[in-house]
Amino acid sequence: MGEFKRPETEQEFADNFSQIKPLMNETEAYYESSRCLFCYDAPCQKACPTAIDIPLFIRQINSGDVTGSAETIYASNYFGNACGKVCPTEVLCEGACVYNEQNVKPIEIGRLQNFATKQAIEENKNLFSLAPENGKKIAIVGAGPAGVSCACELRALGYEVDIFEAKAKPSGLTVHGVAPYKIENEEVLDEMEYLEKQFGYRVTYNSPINSEEDLRKLEEGYDAIFLGIGLGNTSVLGLPGEDLDNCVGATELIEELRMNHHQIKIGNKVVVLGGGNTAMDAASESARMGAESVILSYRRGPEEMGAYDFEYDLAKGVGAQGLFNVQPVEILGNGGVEGVRFTRTEVVGNELREIPGSEFEIQCDMVIKATGQLKQKDFLNMIAGVEMDDGGRISIDSSGRIGSTKYFAGGDAVNGGAEVVNAAAEGKEAAQGIHQYLME
Amino acid sequence: MPDLSSNLAGIKSPNPFWLASAPPTNSGYQVMKAFDAGWGGAVWKTLGVPVVNVSSRYGGVNYRDSRLVGLNNIELITDRPLKDNLEEIEEVKKHFPDHAVIASLMVETREEWHQIVKDVENAGSDGIELNFGCPHGMCERGMGSAVGQEPKVLKTIVEWVKEVASIPVIVKLTPNISDIVEPARAAKEGNGDAISLINTIQSLVGVDIDNFVPYPVVDGESTNGGYCGPAVKPIALNMVKNCAQNVDLPISGIGGIENWRDAVEYFLLGATNVQVCTAVMHFGFGIIREMLPGLENYMKEKGFSNLEEMKGKALDNVKTWENLNLKYKVVAEIDEEKCVGCQLCYIACEDGAHQAIRLKENENRVPEIIEENCVGCNLCSIVCPIEDCITMERRDDGSENLTWAQRTDANDIPTTFNDEKAGGIGHWVPKPTDALRK
Ligand SMILES: Cc1cc2nc3c(=O)[nH]c(=O)nc-3n(C[C@H](O)[C@H](O)[C@H](O)COP(=O)(O)OP(=O)(O)OC[C@H]3O[C@@H](n4cnc5c(N)ncnc54)[C@H](O)[C@@H]3O)c2cc1C
Ligand SMILES: Cc1cc2nc3c(=O)[nH]c(=O)nc-3n(C[C@H](O)[C@H](O)[C@H](O)COP(=O)(O)O)c2cc1C
Ligand code: SF4
Ligand code: SF4
Ligand code: SF4
Repeated sequence: MGEFKRPETEQEFADNFSQIKPLMNETEAYYESSRCLFCYDAPCQKACPTAIDIPLFIRQINSGDVTGSAETIYASNYFGNACGKVCPTEVLCEGACVYNEQNVKPIEIGRLQNFATKQAIEENKNLFSLAPENGKKIAIVGAGPAGVSCACELRALGYEVDIFEAKAKPSGLTVHGVAPYKIENEEVLDEMEYLEKQFGYRVTYNSPINSEEDLRKLEEGYDAIFLGIGLGNTSVLGLPGEDLDNCVGATELIEELRMNHHQIKIGNKVVVLGGGNTAMDAASESARMGAESVILSYRRGPEEMGAYDFEYDLAKGVGAQGLFNVQPVEILGNGGVEGVRFTRTEVVGNELREIPGSEFEIQCDMVIKATGQLKQKDFLNMIAGVEMDDGGRISIDSSGRIGSTKYFAGGDAVNGGAEVVNAAAEGKEAAQGIHQYLME
Repeated sequence: MPDLSSNLAGIKSPNPFWLASAPPTNSGYQVMKAFDAGWGGAVWKTLGVPVVNVSSRYGGVNYRDSRLVGLNNIELITDRPLKDNLEEIEEVKKHFPDHAVIASLMVETREEWHQIVKDVENAGSDGIELNFGCPHGMCERGMGSAVGQEPKVLKTIVEWVKEVASIPVIVKLTPNISDIVEPARAAKEGNGDAISLINTIQSLVGVDIDNFVPYPVVDGESTNGGYCGPAVKPIALNMVKNCAQNVDLPISGIGGIENWRDAVEYFLLGATNVQVCTAVMHFGFGIIREMLPGLENYMKEKGFSNLEEMKGKALDNVKTWENLNLKYKVVAEIDEEKCVGCQLCYIACEDGAHQAIRLKENENRVPEIIEENCVGCNLCSIVCPIEDCITMERRDDGSENLTWAQRTDANDIPTTFNDEKAGGIGHWVPKPTDALRK
């Protein structure tokens, strides 16, 4: 390995994390948009969780109506710009493009979408019509994709909206979690600033809602409340040695990486635990931060990993090595991490079994746990009438409402952890649900 | 919010986008679907004498990976019974009273014209379009373009129609004629209310080189058809401009329109509204989703509050050649940052123009303009595959304006090739034998 030098400056960081879907220039956008067939009942559109009219927005780029194109995109998805870069398009729109059927490169829908919306954001285009104020007030907890999308839609419907956000920045995991080679902080925040200006909702940062008292105030002061709180910290594995220095949770580490870039410390020999997309990200990110070796360890075989193939390919592409059918039994070390003891596993029937006597150790100086995020159960238990499923996901009805409460919810907290685009879709739908509920 | 509503000689529609008389307007089902999708009006598929159509009717022209840059058809007018069409027109008007439904007509005798005009008026049509354009089949029977090519006959038929018509009459012109202004004037003299153009251009789109028969093939044989689609737009634009400048009749522009930008070009050259056929046959009624917001955004950007404000805006800037400024001087400039080094500009200028581009030896692949040789023809900037990479930069200071007409008046024009005043004199060209060393 050692493909990447440890970044010591902002520039070196940017080089190591260069954008895998860079902004298109005009020539590229023109050629690429020319290729789109304007399919009827287009499969790409059907594969988009926000159902953007893709053939239309691409045609608008091609005819030079980039403003109209952005309008088409935002009419369906308030995170249109970010989604163009962070969506797993390979399994969504682009994966469904008809060109795939004949092994022709599918249309680069994501990058075209990013191109069209970028111009609207830069020129602060007025693309939205807001209904007159209807005198009703909605509180939103969490300024992630779900919360912000809900806010935009509610403003368009004439509601007054206050968002309460625990962190100092909006967009949730889009700026705190998504890998830096997918989108830069600045680009995420530019879109947030644009939306805030266009829609005029209020966001109060650094103000977590974390007591029954806080919740009561919201219930008293607002006609309805939307919870877009996402998920919690990385779950605890319960392994000996888990609290050693340099044994960290992936989401916490990635948040630090996004906020402090090259200034954070990544080990030389990194072991990542987990087989989901977050594990792939953590492995890629460690490699790009200059780790000498990165091992991706997973309990089962590679074909059973939850991660998308292209995410695994990205990690392999920067040198991460897969270690399959292994289970960590202890994090080794004395103060700091020095290694991991694994046992080998096998699948018998449907059951995963440890193979007795197969234990072995791998030396490393950092362990990243990418084994899932906790649900926000403690928070939710403070709200009367909230229902959760066995996995701790909030249960809602088809309008996004929680039982017979005045609470609505959407995003990771409901779907258990999906993509930005799903949260954007659910936040928008819940706003319509709130509208229905209050207009009844 | 700009007002998109349109009024062609008294025929009102919520927007200026109409379907042209053709297969997309073959039935009430299609017209209703189109109105529902957002189209402002429809010219019904031409009604008239009974016909029979052949199977195998269209041929397409593809350019590289672009399908249907041109479409050729040998279809005749409607082959559905007149009664069915009239009933459906009536039904469409019931559902869409504010949309424009225009009946396109083509019959032979005065009596037939009188009868069919009354029929379509009774059905509730908002206007009539006279199809004097079809350049295949129908013209062999003395109708369609056979009328459009004879201004006198055209005028007579318009007069017949006007004898009974109480709704506006649009005369649809054929482009298969050397001067489009003549039939347009005849339409005016016959008291027509508007003209629409163009109908299709006589064409053969290609030949099956294995079986020695042009497309479309009908049992081993073929016939000439009518050409339309994006490829015909430049021809149509010029004809629309000629009519707008010379004949005082509102114009419905037709030919190769597939997006808002095409439509705007027609408006700027004097059209009051536009009609679309091929683009709908290719992509369906849904293309209106792109056209309406595109037009609206353009109008907002330019500050037009309605269509009349932009109508004909480009007309004053279209002059005869002799009135163009001979002192205007542009030269090509290459943006080195954008250039990809394909050298298409070089070879285009070297072999196809004025040897005003050179290649740099042993440096990069970005060619260099030899300004002294550049006549400012634009060729390189047109072939360059990169947006805004070669731009034409003005070199005169704009203070002088001298036209061929002025020079003629001042007796300052070259009379022989050796005349000092001749254009090409003194322009550098390489020695013929230099070519042999290349
Ligand atoms: C490592 C990682 C990589 C990812 N990569 C991608 C990717 O490439 N592409 C993609 O589409 N998706 C990706 N995702 C998923 C995506 O980021 C999430 O699905 C999406 O952000 C969920 O949006 P949300 O609004 O539901 O929650 P979040 O984005 O988590 O936002 C929730 C917000 O609520 C705030 N909040 C929570 N509790 C409270 C409280 N009590 N009071 C006040 N504020 C509170 C949080 O601070 C946060 O700002 C990734 C996720 C992770 C973890
Ligand atoms: C298949 C086909 C059938 C047509 N039939 C008629 C017709 O019945 N009457 C008529 O006036 N024009 C007819 N046209 C001509 C169109 O109305 C229109 O003038 C022409 O196609 C140019 O427009 P476009 O480039 O948008 O296709 C027909 C065109 C096509 C392609
Ligand atoms: S499937 Fe592909 S070609 Fe068809 S409309 Fe979508 S992006 Fe365009
Ligand atoms: S387009 Fe329809 S009518 Fe024409 S050949 Fe194909 S299937 Fe038949
Ligand atoms: S045609 Fe354009 S891109 Fe190609 S060499 Fe010339 S300037 Fe460069």
